[in-house]
Amino acid sequence: MGKSYNTIAFDSAKCDGCGDCMTACATTKTGTDDKTRSRIQIVGSEADGFELALCRQCGDPKCVTVCPAGALTKNFDSGVIDWSDTKCVDCLLCTVGCAYAGIALDAGTGHVAKCDTCEGAPACVPACPHDALTYITTSRIYNEVGDWEDLFAPGLAGCQGCNTELLMRHTLRRVGPETVLATPPGCVPGMGSVGFNGTTGTKIPVFHPLLTNTAAMLAGVKRQYKRVGRDVTALAIAGDGGASDVGFQSLSGAAERNEQILFMVVDNEGYMNTGMQRSSCTPYGAWTSTTPIGQGTGGMPSQGKTQDAKNLPLIMVNHRCEYVATASTAYMEDLYDKLDKAIAASKRGFAYLHVYSPCTTGWRFPTDQNMEVARKAVETNFVMLWEYNPTDGLHFTHSADEPLPVTEYLKAMGRFRHLSPDQISHIQGKVVENLAFVKQMAHREN
Amino acid sequence: MEQTKYLVVGSSHAALEAVTAIRMHDTEGSLTLLTRDTHLPYSPTVLPYVVSGRSPADSIFLRDEEFFEANRVAYKRGSALKALHAERNTAELADGSEIAYEKILLATGAAPAIPPIPGLDQVTYHVLRTLDDATKLNAAIKQSKHAVVLGAGLVGMHAAENLVKAGASVTIVEMAKQLTDGYFDATAAQMIEKAFTDNGATILTGSRVVKLAPSAIGALLTLENGTTLEADLLLVATGVKPNMDYLEGQGEGVEHERGILVSDTMQTNVANVWAAGDCAQAKGFYTEDKVMNAILPDATEQGRIAGMAMAGDPGVKAYPGGVPLNTYHFFGRHAISVGSSRVPEGGEVVTRFDEVSGRYLKAIFKDDRLLGIYGVNEFFDGGVMCQLILRRVDLSAVKERFLADPLTVGRELMSRIWR
Ligand SMILES: Cc1cc2nc3c(=O)[nH]c(=O)nc-3n(C[C@H](O)[C@H](O)[C@H](O)COP(=O)(O)OP(=O)(O)OC[C@H]3O[C@@H](n4cnc5c(N)ncnc54)[C@H](O)[C@@H]3O)c2cc1C
Ligand code: SF4
Repeated sequence: MGKSYNTIAFDSAKCDGCGDCMTACATTKTGTDDKTRSRIQIVGSEADGFELALCRQCGDPKCVTVCPAGALTKNFDSGVIDWSDTKCVDCLLCTVGCAYAGIALDAGTGHVAKCDTCEGAPACVPACPHDALTYITTSRIYNEVGDWEDLFAPGLAGCQGCNTELLMRHTLRRVGPETVLATPPGCVPGMGSVGFNGTTGTKIPVFHPLLTNTAAMLAGVKRQYKRVGRDVTALAIAGDGGASDVGFQSLSGAAERNEQILFMVVDNEGYMNTGMQRSSCTPYGAWTSTTPIGQGTGGMPSQGKTQDAKNLPLIMVNHRCEYVATASTAYMEDLYDKLDKAIAASKRGFAYLHVYSPCTTGWRFPTDQNMEVARKAVETNFVMLWEYNPTDGLHFTHSADEPLPVTEYLKAMGRFRHLSPDQISHIQGKVVENLAFVKQMAHREN
Repeated sequence: MEQTKYLVVGSSHAALEAVTAIRMHDTEGSLTLLTRDTHLPYSPTVLPYVVSGRSPADSIFLRDEEFFEANRVAYKRGSALKALHAERNTAELADGSEIAYEKILLATGAAPAIPPIPGLDQVTYHVLRTLDDATKLNAAIKQSKHAVVLGAGLVGMHAAENLVKAGASVTIVEMAKQLTDGYFDATAAQMIEKAFTDNGATILTGSRVVKLAPSAIGALLTLENGTTLEADLLLVATGVKPNMDYLEGQGEGVEHERGILVSDTMQTNVANVWAAGDCAQAKGFYTEDKVMNAILPDATEQGRIAGMAMAGDPGVKAYPGGVPLNTYHFFGRHAISVGSSRVPEGGEVVTRFDEVSGRYLKAIFKDDRLLGIYGVNEFFDGGVMCQLILRRVDLSAVKERFLADPLTVGRELMSRIWR
């Protein structure tokens, strides 16, 4: 298993070229405020946008291979390319090797200089007043999780680029082998997790309840395990249709009885497995096979779904569950944090996790755009990340202030391509209204 | 007979990169690294710093035994390839033993070319290519009072500077009309020459040594014009020639001219035989003709490609052709050259020289594409420039700004084009 490392990420859309990061770097590394000596260099202009020249700490670094003195080495613990001032002979060959201007001459010392991420606390990142720089520490998860067993069989038949497969593999790895999994009709069993020809698609017990009775059956299974004295995590991975439509009564009932189960909803905003029909979680304006785009009837053109989505996680908060949270695979650290809390809560009572899961096939975006779509949903507040427990109430886990316009999200996929300006302003209005609503709850619960 | 899947000959840049590339794709196949050197791998490029004493001889190694163990590489040092028997996939070593290989890489680099000057074989002289050469020269420099360096290429110039700094009176004799011919242009060479003469060195360009004879302190040199020079230390640095003696007498074997001829994936004309680095003659970037481009960055690039091709790595990309790249430090100043110095028909040359700061820049364009860029005391990112050349980036929109500030504008282009 390879190793993953923390990294400095740059969002050029947020950068206004102020140069505070360069000043911070120069101050930390050279004791001067000479920006030319900063190891992070912002280049470009207001008109063309700002870009970054910074060591990428390459996995297969060219600077290391061309250094004749053995002065540069990839540190496999930190991921950083270390430079040794005692071995370096100032030949500058590394600057010829690097195609990214990641290592350059520091005129102040006469030696080359490069980013060393300040030993894991880069000075540039907190100096940025616009959050254009972030220090991504998600690698911790991959390094840890990489060693855990993947409890789904290899070769599940999900669509190319499926976010749901990513999510369920992460989830089961974390929840672990002492688990019983219930997964009602939907993409999760559809891609083979319940198995074929008498073998299961998981390495743990799995069963395939009806859409209508998932939470009830799982609650019963959990009670039986308790009766025989075995501690297992009772986990449901259900689609939004199965949870918010026909499965809702059993879900609500189990939550009301505070059954000790962890119920995860994979919300891809429709019945994608059976041909992309609308569900009560499908957002307003979205194309689905049952909310088509076309001439319509009676002079009323059909322009996608005409109702707003049901906010299932907020409904679950009103059950006063042990734990309720929303999450996104674009924010893995947050997701893992919530998984940990949900697992713990499920030992006491009902835990509910609602994960937004972009669907490349049903939402119509290229298969490599999954994370981008998931991230844009959060950045525009179309999706908000928060958590709730009865003691601390509801609070945001990702700032909902300064969102991007919702069009940034809508234009990332085909299912909203037909939207009229009126429909877009309706959606933007809903985003604002939803935010106000959740904020109010956050306020009240606190 | 000893058998190995991959036999890599040489233990310097080209060979080491090939080993890395092979192991990226084939973690198991048996791999033997054979070198005539007796040390752990090191770079010839670092040797001037061993000569000056800046780099202790025991701290320059690029790999250690642990690396070879961890990567399951059999490192056989002090054993030279004597003859290649490609027709039966075996390599004959100096001690007469043989190794059977499935695939072989010839990464034997180059050695000093010794000019045929009468009497040279009668006197003691130094060369600089191996660590042992460097240690010897390091000891000799401390004793020297009158040193002569033959050849004003980068190797000779480096050593000359070391000698000057060690306090010897130094004379550099160069056949060509200018110093560092082929690396830097006349203006840059002038700046380099001035730095040397300011520091007390004597420079004789356009001069040729015609005769040598032993003398009381070492050697007596006679120049073409009849003048004589006496040296207690003589360094011959008149160029290099590829190590490929082992191809002699093989009949119809591996094709070679100035170097071993290779394809875009570093394969020779003979099955299972690859070559890379200073001993290889591969496609040039500016010409389809096969050229010698004996520089470190190219040795790593070629070694990488050869290793990938040998291991059957599907990610292997064809060699784009050699681009000259040089960096040179002299008396606290630096010079960088990237790309071609030749101005083709219809080409455009732009120069800028600031007497006060001593900053010099020269760029060569054709059809608004960069062909070469040179700087003295003017820092720009050589790696970025090289990409602009390789990608033939159209610079028409930014040319003036680029010439005024190649560092910043190069980075801007980089971050847009291949970020
Ligand atoms: C003093 C000096 C300064 C330099 N400075 C620069 C610089 O600033 N920039 C730059 O780009 N380049 C520079 N170079 C050139 C650079 O070092 C070479 O281009 C580079 O080392 C080539 O690598 P290589 O692997 O092809 O061959 P080499 O480095 O020549 O290595 C050849 C290897 O093959 C082994 N070998 C040779 N023959 C046999 C045989 N018959 N059997 C077994 N093993 C054999 C040798 O022991 C050695 O390990 C410099 C060279 C010197 C000598
Ligand atoms: S400048 Fe220093 S770090 Fe860079 S290649 Fe030369 S010796 Fe190595």
